[in-house]
Amino acid sequence: MTTNTQHETEIIVDPDVPLVRIIREFDAPPEKVFKAHTDPDILKLWNGPDGYETEFETFDCRTGGSWRYKSSGEDWEGWFRGSFHEIRPNTVIIQTFNYEDIPDGVALERIEFEDLGDGRTRLTSTSLVDSYEGRDAFLASGMEVGVIEGYNRLDGILAAG
Amino acid sequence: MVARLASGDATVTDLAEPYDVTVQAVSKHLRVLEDAGLVSRSRDAQRRPVHLEAEVFDLMTKWIERYRRLAEERYRKLDAVLETMSENEKEKSK
Repeated sequence: MTTNTQHETEIIVDPDVPLVRIIREFDAPPEKVFKAHTDPDILKLWNGPDGYETEFETFDCRTGGSWRYKSSGEDWEGWFRGSFHEIRPNTVIIQTFNYEDIPDGVALERIEFEDLGDGRTRLTSTSLVDSYEGRDAFLASGMEVGVIEGYNRLDGILAAG
Repeated sequence: MVARLASGDATVTDLAEPYDVTVQAVSKHLRVLEDAGLVSRSRDAQRRPVHLEAEVFDLMTKWIERYRRLAEERYRKLDAVLETMSENEKEKSK
């Protein structure tokens, strides 16, 4: 099991809408947490899983702007991109998120920064996709091949029905 | 449909309702899932709830927990980054 800290990430997978929500609290005020999301030099320090580096090609962080980066690890690299739909300082970021190898799989993300007082912030990040299959692909992204193959088999079974 | 069942047992009517499909179409899908051993239900009664077999449920749970763990991994790095930012600001205000 994971170690239990006060701030452990909480996850909600909604049964009625294909969305995934993650909630996490930080010992820093919203201004700082927001800056860590909107300054590419800071964002690259923590973006992505352990062992993967983020290299921004574009990061135009404003309402109507866009972003694109390469994520690379020891034996894998891929490009991700999206648009900044709404940037409201220290409050909310609404953006799209897409792994370029699956161009149809676009998630709409809403990242909320909630001031908890005493220099603390609750971050709520909601990713909405357009189907349950898309959501599951999202959840399983980067999973060992076997699991994805298993799901593809399930798709095949359903299609055959 | 599998996603709906992952959140709890449901009747055929429950399963058909959110989509623009007939109860017959859902029943047909269920027969396929049942033959594949993915769901179980009473053979003749339409009102009996459909139950997602543990194997499929476990897979969903595994995906969800892994996704959560990856988020936590990222956010622990962010914790460390935020701490550095605080130190930098203290430096500046000196």
